[in-house]
Amino acid sequence: MLLNEGVTLLDSRICYYFTLYRSARPSVNPLWVSHFTATSSIGCGLTSTLAAMRQQHSGLAPCAFDTVDLPTFIGAVAGVDDVQLPVALSEFDCRNNRLAYLGLIQDAFSEAVHAAARRYGAHRVGIFLGTSTSGILQTELAYRRRAPVSGALPADFVYDRTHNTYSVADFARTYFGLSGPAFVVSSACSSSAKVFASAHRMMSAGLIDAAVVGGVDSLCLTTLYGFNSLGLLSAQPCRPFDVARDGISIGEAAAFALLERLPDRLKEDAVVLLGVGESIDAHHMSSPHPEGLGARMAMQQALDTAQLTSADIGYINLHGTATPSNDAAETKAVAALFGADTPCSSTKGATGHTLGAAGGLEAVLCALALQNKLLPGGVNTQQLDPLLPLNYLLDNREQALDCVLSNSFGFGGTNCSLIFGGPARGNT
Amino acid sequence: MTQRNVSCGKPLAVFVQGVGLLGPGLINWEQGQRCLSGSLPYEVHPSVLPLPMALPPAERRRAGAVIKVSLAVGQEAVAASGLDAVSLPSVFSSSSGDAVNCHEICSALASSDRLISPTRFHNSVHNASSGYWSISSGAMASSSVLCAHDASFSAGLLEAMTQVVIEDKPVLLVVYDTNYPEPLHVKRPVPDTLGVALVLSPRRDDHSLALIALKDTGYLTTAAPNVMDNAALELLRQSIPAARALPLLQAIALGQSTPLVLAYLNDAHLALEVTPC
Repeated sequence: MLLNEGVTLLDSRICYYFTLYRSARPSVNPLWVSHFTATSSIGCGLTSTLAAMRQQHSGLAPCAFDTVDLPTFIGAVAGVDDVQLPVALSEFDCRNNRLAYLGLIQDAFSEAVHAAARRYGAHRVGIFLGTSTSGILQTELAYRRRAPVSGALPADFVYDRTHNTYSVADFARTYFGLSGPAFVVSSACSSSAKVFASAHRMMSAGLIDAAVVGGVDSLCLTTLYGFNSLGLLSAQPCRPFDVARDGISIGEAAAFALLERLPDRLKEDAVVLLGVGESIDAHHMSSPHPEGLGARMAMQQALDTAQLTSADIGYINLHGTATPSNDAAETKAVAALFGADTPCSSTKGATGHTLGAAGGLEAVLCALALQNKLLPGGVNTQQLDPLLPLNYLLDNREQALDCVLSNSFGFGGTNCSLIFGGPARGNT
Repeated sequence: MTQRNVSCGKPLAVFVQGVGLLGPGLINWEQGQRCLSGSLPYEVHPSVLPLPMALPPAERRRAGAVIKVSLAVGQEAVAASGLDAVSLPSVFSSSSGDAVNCHEICSALASSDRLISPTRFHNSVHNASSGYWSISSGAMASSSVLCAHDASFSAGLLEAMTQVVIEDKPVLLVVYDTNYPEPLHVKRPVPDTLGVALVLSPRRDDHSLALIALKDTGYLTTAAPNVMDNAALELLRQSIPAARALPLLQAIALGQSTPLVLAYLNDAHLALEVTPC
């Protein structure tokens, strides 16, 4: 990028940052996404999730969660309340870990992790999960049961195993009997995208041979009333990129992937993690950079690490929250790198915004898109905003895909972009 | 696809370029290292948190302990390193977010009036420290934000060391915890605020204080972690998760070559070698 006459202060800042942060971005070795699964309001496991994608089904419904009295729609996962954790893990019992468990037992994912632990050794399998609110619902409920005089929380409330942000990784690591490195990434709505980056670095450094990554976030009052306080909750099912979009619909999800080094030969439907990009806006805690500067840096870095150009990307799974400011800023960022032709959509009209689980969930949706040659059309969007000139898909498109990019951005200005590809990219 | 040979068998090693420290009885690294090396008696006083002057006035006014401690130790470590904060990627790690803020939100949600303030909500995210750090410093490089309960210091150290080696550039690590108010305190008895920051680099220069290397015979161990000889410092180490860093900071302060087991997960502690520069 050249500075030329008439350049604005902002343009020069963009040039500065691109020069600063693009220097010496090493390419990364691709990793095999050997197993993956997703549970959200559109389905438990891959079969029902794919069916919902094919039917452009939305899981959003009027909010009837707990005692919440907000006029909004939510993407709740059916049956979470009925999930029973294994008895030995009952201390972990809370909505978030029930959802995690429901997700882990889909699609033989647990069996794949156990097999990896046997193959590599339990200490050579890392677990890195994203969540924003973890089991905070448990604390919200406990605060309703405080002792009248002392104000004490009830004796049956177990902070460490439920509310604490690490709880979900602790639960999954204990469930699998893993003894390798573990942590939760909690960077709001980029959390479970960024775990792919951390896992990739750990594997590149030779500290582990496989990693369980993903994200789990569950409905709670903090996020429902919190986003309401910011005026960011829509009273209708959210409509990403619509001219009448007016906020998010909150969802919940559990999504997981097992990352391993590339085998000698990848199968025809193999999915490969090709690139990761991370940045931060340095702008505002709850508003994106208006020009999408940080988002653009994350996407560019993902392309650089994958050694790809924008022309190689066949579909972009947008962050696409359906807030006026996110979709506008993301459009500027995407348009600056990709122009107006690359097919893209937000799947949040179907699943709702699953916050800390969104990056993991949308990574799995991208993997399904690659495997099934299915570009998912955005759900709920009725009239595209003419001020957002991207090639936003309203209908599903059946088309072979080489590489796809997924965006996840969040409060605090955090941005993460992931690039996945099919076996051809891994075998080269 | 370029295959980079960065893996397997090569022990991870990074140079410590700057340290920031703030906690009970610990004013900064200059004073803190004298307490840790024994040249100054360690006396327990409540943590004194400076106002985050690098933030715009509105944000400064609303800043809680998490933001104050993380910015203070981050700035101290970066200043000591001689590096420019704007170019540094960062790793933030904490056993929890702002517990005072959390208490206020949970109290409001349990009341008949569930209105919570927008600022309280966006400050409730675990990455508030990372967000405010980037706003105050202008740093736009990647920022990892971790939690591993009591293991959060070593989780952050491992992530930061990995980033330094894989990305081949310096990284700022900031680990902190803040006190828990009642009624949460009974369930999570963190007594006060403590923050530790390290600037880690792949290259040695005049600022280098020590080399930290993961033990090449296996970086995870079931051996018991090192403890502090001083009873008050050992109590601090045990009571605030971020203070699990103290044996590492003491090794740096003493300038001695030493193997070190740093508390991480119950069944997997970090086996390190610390060498002075």
